[in-house]
Amino acid sequence: MKKLSARRRHPLAAVVVLLLALAATGGLYAAFAPASKAQADETSQSLTIKEGRKLYEVGCASCHGTGGQGSSDGPSLVGVGSAAVDFQVGTGRMPAATSQGAQAPRKKPVYTQTQIDQLAAYVASLGAGPVVPTKQQYGPAGADVAKGGELFRTNCAQCHNFTGKGGALTEGKYAPTLEGVEPKHIYEAMQTGPQNMPSFPDTTMSSQNKKDIIAYLHAVDSSETTNPGGLELGGLGPVSEGLFAWIFGLGALIAVAVWVAARTAKAKKS
Amino acid sequence: MSTAANEPARSRGKAPAGERIADWADGRLGIYSLAKANMRKIFPDHWSFMLGEVCMYSFIIIILTGVYLTLFFHPSMNEVVYHGSYVPLQGQMMSEAFNSTLHISFDVRGGLLVRQIHHWAALIFLAGMFVHMMRVFFTGAFRKPREINWLFGFLLFVLGMFTGFTGYSLPDDLLSGTGVRFTEGAILSMPIVGTYISYFLFGGQFPGHDFVARFYSIHILLLPGIMLGLMVAHLILVFYHKHTQFAGPGKSNTNVVGMPLLPVYMAKAGGFFFLVFGVIAAIAAVAQINPIWAMGPYRPDQVSTGAQPDWYMGFAEGLIRFMPGWEINFWGHTLVLGVFIPLVLFGVVLGAMAVYPFIESWVTGDKSEHHILDRPRNAPTRTGLGVAWVTMYMITLVGGGNDLWATHFHLSINAVTWFVRIFFFVGPVIAFIATKRICLGLQRRDRDKVLHGRETGIIKRLPHGEFIEVHEPLSQEQLHTLTTHTQYAPAEIGPLVDENGVERKVKASEKLRVKLSSAYYGEDNQIPKPTSDEYKEITSGHGHH
Repeated sequence: MKKLSARRRHPLAAVVVLLLALAATGGLYAAFAPASKAQADETSQSLTIKEGRKLYEVGCASCHGTGGQGSSDGPSLVGVGSAAVDFQVGTGRMPAATSQGAQAPRKKPVYTQTQIDQLAAYVASLGAGPVVPTKQQYGPAGADVAKGGELFRTNCAQCHNFTGKGGALTEGKYAPTLEGVEPKHIYEAMQTGPQNMPSFPDTTMSSQNKKDIIAYLHAVDSSETTNPGGLELGGLGPVSEGLFAWIFGLGALIAVAVWVAARTAKAKKS
Repeated sequence: MSTAANEPARSRGKAPAGERIADWADGRLGIYSLAKANMRKIFPDHWSFMLGEVCMYSFIIIILTGVYLTLFFHPSMNEVVYHGSYVPLQGQMMSEAFNSTLHISFDVRGGLLVRQIHHWAALIFLAGMFVHMMRVFFTGAFRKPREINWLFGFLLFVLGMFTGFTGYSLPDDLLSGTGVRFTEGAILSMPIVGTYISYFLFGGQFPGHDFVARFYSIHILLLPGIMLGLMVAHLILVFYHKHTQFAGPGKSNTNVVGMPLLPVYMAKAGGFFFLVFGVIAAIAAVAQINPIWAMGPYRPDQVSTGAQPDWYMGFAEGLIRFMPGWEINFWGHTLVLGVFIPLVLFGVVLGAMAVYPFIESWVTGDKSEHHILDRPRNAPTRTGLGVAWVTMYMITLVGGGNDLWATHFHLSINAVTWFVRIFFFVGPVIAFIATKRICLGLQRRDRDKVLHGRETGIIKRLPHGEFIEVHEPLSQEQLHTLTTHTQYAPAEIGPLVDENGVERKVKASEKLRVKLSSAYYGEDNQIPKPTSDEYKEITSGHGHH
């Protein structure tokens, strides 16, 4: 005992106590957790949820709270549904690198699709919400491209530009380009309204309409889009056209003028 | 039919066909005396003198391609259902104007290429006029006797802006429709008359069923007609005044040194037309412009982000975008300052360019003719004012594209807008001061060059160990070129008493003039050019350097 009391004021004593406490808590948790697990049903769905929960606790809980209740760094995930998770994690927006910044940018996804499905299943288990759409919902079959164009110009173009090239919002936020975004993710974005986007649930925009919009975007803003007039110049309209006219149009003509003026019938002086 | 009078001529053989045609024409049109007077007209050689030609040729290209487009365009706002070959619009309701533009783009042979040549040529035409105007401004070519021609050119630029605007509004697509709506808003912001003008222009409530047909008349008849007339007048005045030239040996205010119109300039200018056409056609073949099919038909309930006008209207867009949304309400009326002030500024910014020659000639009090161009550095205040104006114009263009600046440089659109708000005022001041300093620095350099010669870069070691750089004296021609410009003395307030010894009242305008004059030509606002005495003293002296 003397030994212990002699060292209780050691600088590392607090760390040791903390470690012991943590080990004890962890040990107790390990001892009690299996018991609750034993009561859950062992279907594949619940297994997926369980795996998702594990992933969630590692990758998401620090901001969204241990039970998805949200914190000062991230919103509550109760009721956002699996579609939101599939969109946010599937496009790499989540996990966000930081909670600072105007909005989470699209980046390379961190999780595999299986892991995303597990996460989605876990979050969906927290409360009912929009469900990941099926291929039949967002696929090209039965879509009306022209109708989609009209819907896009009415509902989407004011932020995403005529053909989905994206645009600026306030304070550094922006509507991202829709080029190269998977149809499923476009559908989910409309369904869930991520970040600054309003949501378009089936009650305001039917599943068929969403399919039309996706088909329109595929026609005008994908790798298969042809530009009958030549170089698209970013598809940004008159600003890039004006820059091109000044730099390449007038630039070339001034170069030609210099060339013509330099070629003169002037008699050479000796 | 042969007569006795014809016999002697025939005996000497027939004149060549060309001569006979010319004779025939001369008998009816008097072309010989015209040709004699004008064929040897001299034009000086400098690439910047060809900027006006770029404008003229692109204008001709616009007229030629425009005629082709009128053959297929239907200026009507009747609604039709699209059944053409562009799939993403099939079955959509649209105006006949939009429908026929799609038809031109996809189903008329060469239609899209001609449309693109027309539109690219329009952008280049306006850009060419802008640069041409800047060339004339910075070289002082607007001075007497060319003030009226400056105004003609200015009018051509402004009319070109509106011809362009009415032109890109014709297809009745979502982008241009938004631009027309913008214009309607600007018109409505005018106090009292706004609503009446708007109803008059659109034949009732916007958009109505008339504006495409009306814009069509304005775009293909009214404005180009006036512009063509102005352009001819512009050219006649260039002929009448003769072209300006840069200073140099043998060049004076009373001569023009260069090449004759025929054959040299006819060949050059003719060839240059095809070069301009070629460059514009190549650009139109490579780069897409105004893809109206991607924008869709206009509907007042739709709008897209990134809705900007063509570049020459971009500064109007910028003025609106960075103006705070102020408004005043009184007695049930609203004065929308957020739109009306930009509308006024639109006129003020452009108008400043128009009146500048008159302001400068008032300040200098110079009533003599000028045919020798200034080097921009030798008129520091004018150059500074010009650069300040261009800076202001460019800043508003940045404001007009603030959303694209934000998205492409990862900035906040609010920050871009605030930058533009501040630099709309600060930028021109900084530009003015910096430009004037640079000009004065260049004047000092010219002075050094004249007095001490050109730095050769050769380092020489003197017997006593000192290193000097060898300066090479300038040739007589170079000396002339660098010192031939006139330097004005600042104006002074005249005698304060008149010839009868009575105290004279000095008018406020006179005081202002003296103040401005000293800002232009006062001490520290120009570097006195070296006199021949200074030159002689330095060059004759021993102990060079």
